[in-house]
Amino acid sequence: MMTFLIAVGSLVAICGILALLLVIADRYLNDYGICKLIINKGSREEDVEGGSTLLNSLNSAGVFIPSACGGQGSCGLCKLKVHSGAPPVLPTEEPHLSPEEVSEHVRLCCQLKVHEDMELEIPEELFNIREFEGTVESLTDLNHDIKRLRVALPEGEELDIIPGQYVQIETPAYKKTPEPVYRAYSIATDPHDKTHIDLVIRLVPGGICTTFVFEHMEPGQPIKLNGPYGDFRLTDTEKEMIFIAGGSGMAPFLSMLAHMRNENIQRKVTYFFGARAKRDLICLDEMKAFEEALPNFKFVPCLSEPMPDDNWDGDTGLVTDVMKQHCPDLSNMEAYLCGSPGMCDASVVALTGNGMPEENIFFDKFS
Amino acid sequence: MILAAIQPAVAEPGLFVQLIVIFLAAAFTENILLARFLGMCSFLAISRQMKTSLGLGFAVVFVTTFTAAINWLLHTYVMVPLHIEFLELIVFIVVIAAFVQLVEMVIERFSPSLYFSLGIFLPLITVNCAILGVSLFMLNKEDFGFLHSLVFGFGSGIGWLVAIVLMAGIREQIKEDKIPAGLRGSGITLIITGIIALAFVAFSGMIK
Ligand SMILES: Cc1cc2nc3c(=O)[nH]c(=O)nc-3n(C[C@H](O)[C@H](O)[C@H](O)COP(=O)(O)OP(=O)(O)OC[C@H]3O[C@@H](n4cnc5c(N)ncnc54)[C@H](O)[C@@H]3O)c2cc1C
Ligand code: FES
Repeated sequence: MMTFLIAVGSLVAICGILALLLVIADRYLNDYGICKLIINKGSREEDVEGGSTLLNSLNSAGVFIPSACGGQGSCGLCKLKVHSGAPPVLPTEEPHLSPEEVSEHVRLCCQLKVHEDMELEIPEELFNIREFEGTVESLTDLNHDIKRLRVALPEGEELDIIPGQYVQIETPAYKKTPEPVYRAYSIATDPHDKTHIDLVIRLVPGGICTTFVFEHMEPGQPIKLNGPYGDFRLTDTEKEMIFIAGGSGMAPFLSMLAHMRNENIQRKVTYFFGARAKRDLICLDEMKAFEEALPNFKFVPCLSEPMPDDNWDGDTGLVTDVMKQHCPDLSNMEAYLCGSPGMCDASVVALTGNGMPEENIFFDKFS
Repeated sequence: MILAAIQPAVAEPGLFVQLIVIFLAAAFTENILLARFLGMCSFLAISRQMKTSLGLGFAVVFVTTFTAAINWLLHTYVMVPLHIEFLELIVFIVVIAAFVQLVEMVIERFSPSLYFSLGIFLPLITVNCAILGVSLFMLNKEDFGFLHSLVFGFGSGIGWLVAIVLMAGIREQIKEDKIPAGLRGSGITLIITGIIALAFVAFSGMIK
């Protein structure tokens, strides 16, 4: 009995002393106090609690920085210029920063921790980014793995978007994620409609956000989103355009085509949509309507592996090959790509192969 | 054991000689990684780059040195007098866990870049069998005093550091080489580890 008491007593004592040491260390080592974020040469100053990442500190101060990967350092979108108060470039940042960016003090703000006062440069347009609590108005199946999510903005709120921009939606904590995460989705809304946001979302098996949207989201539910972000947009040249995107990559083009219809823009556009089989095609009726409204618009769906009962008589083959056959000379055209990094990279190779200058290619990679 | 081994050779070795022998034995002949294959998981995962290997290696040196010393003190002055040696495993692990937390805070404060490059492996040192191994092996050595334990912990840490740095150097060299697909990554690393371990056997002639 005595041994037992001694054993328990000493163990408790040892653990207690260690815990005390840690608490003291935490108090002194982890206390960075209140740090000042001096933004754009002092035009805005925010006091934040030190110790958290710069991305989170800015978010909590109401400044929203794009972050498609939710701060994991993989999307490279959360770039900002940090002039002082940051350690030298971290190994996790290196892959995303070009030598010029490094010399201009560009950093990934999700990888930096606020340990002291920091001087930052944030593009003015990011201050227009707002956070909304919208309501899920509808969720419609576009095919077996793509849904259209329509979100109504709160009463009285409006959002001006430029077609091609994207928003981030918050996935609340649920069984796949212990804390809320943000994911980027291109806006598919007709820009005339300022009170709704449409998104086209493809289920990524096992994905945190898409599983939530597909399995746990219902009309009427509140949903937090922030935006709009991004500089993917139509140029104001008169050049003939090529769009390439399969699956949910169609989202920004729905918005761009609606914009062209609203503004009666008559530029020539061919949209190559790559899919495996007929079951993967989406929005065919909408594309037909756009073809009727825009005489210079042509929608070219291409199937790489049509199934026998698809009775497919359209183009077959990889979307890049079909595009190359249709457009042998691309030297005076512009291309807009949207979708997975693999598809975007393959398309860039195909386009430049047929003579398109690289500076005429614009894309949104779903990194 | 080492001390027992050196007794016949050196009649009454002075403390300094003893410490040097302990250090050399811990770092080379009894290299915790290459002779006992402890601490393998972080060794395999982090030995890709020299810089991070050095960082993790130094963190391990730091942790083994101090946990061996603290654990020796607790063992000698608390557990033995109170006859609660049977708790040594639990106590050692708690000490190591707390100590690693501390190291983590210190690194985050003073070298954020190292902190980020070590990532998850810093907290994982806690469950690194090498660290616990050092504290437990230390108890097997008779007549170890405080200084002996401190040097033993330090030497073992240095041994682990040497091993991981060697490996990082080799892996940086073979990065471009054509290695059969199935062996890339951990496969070839394990094989090389085996070869280095064989080479280390040669050190056993050093201390008789
Ligand atoms: C600017 C931008 C715009 C985007 N617009 C859209 C859009 O309009 N519609 C849309 O559906 N998505 C879009 N995305 C992608 C979207 O942000 C998410 O990455 C995607 O929905 C997966 O999120 P998740 O949380 O479900 O998966 P996660 O939990 O993030 O990922 C789970 C796993 O799947 C992998 N993974 C992630 N994305 C894909 C993918 N696309 N294909 C295969 N594997 C993947 C990850 O590497 C990870 O291993 C866009 C991304 C960016 C950066
Ligand atoms: S948020 Fe994706 S890299 Fe920082």
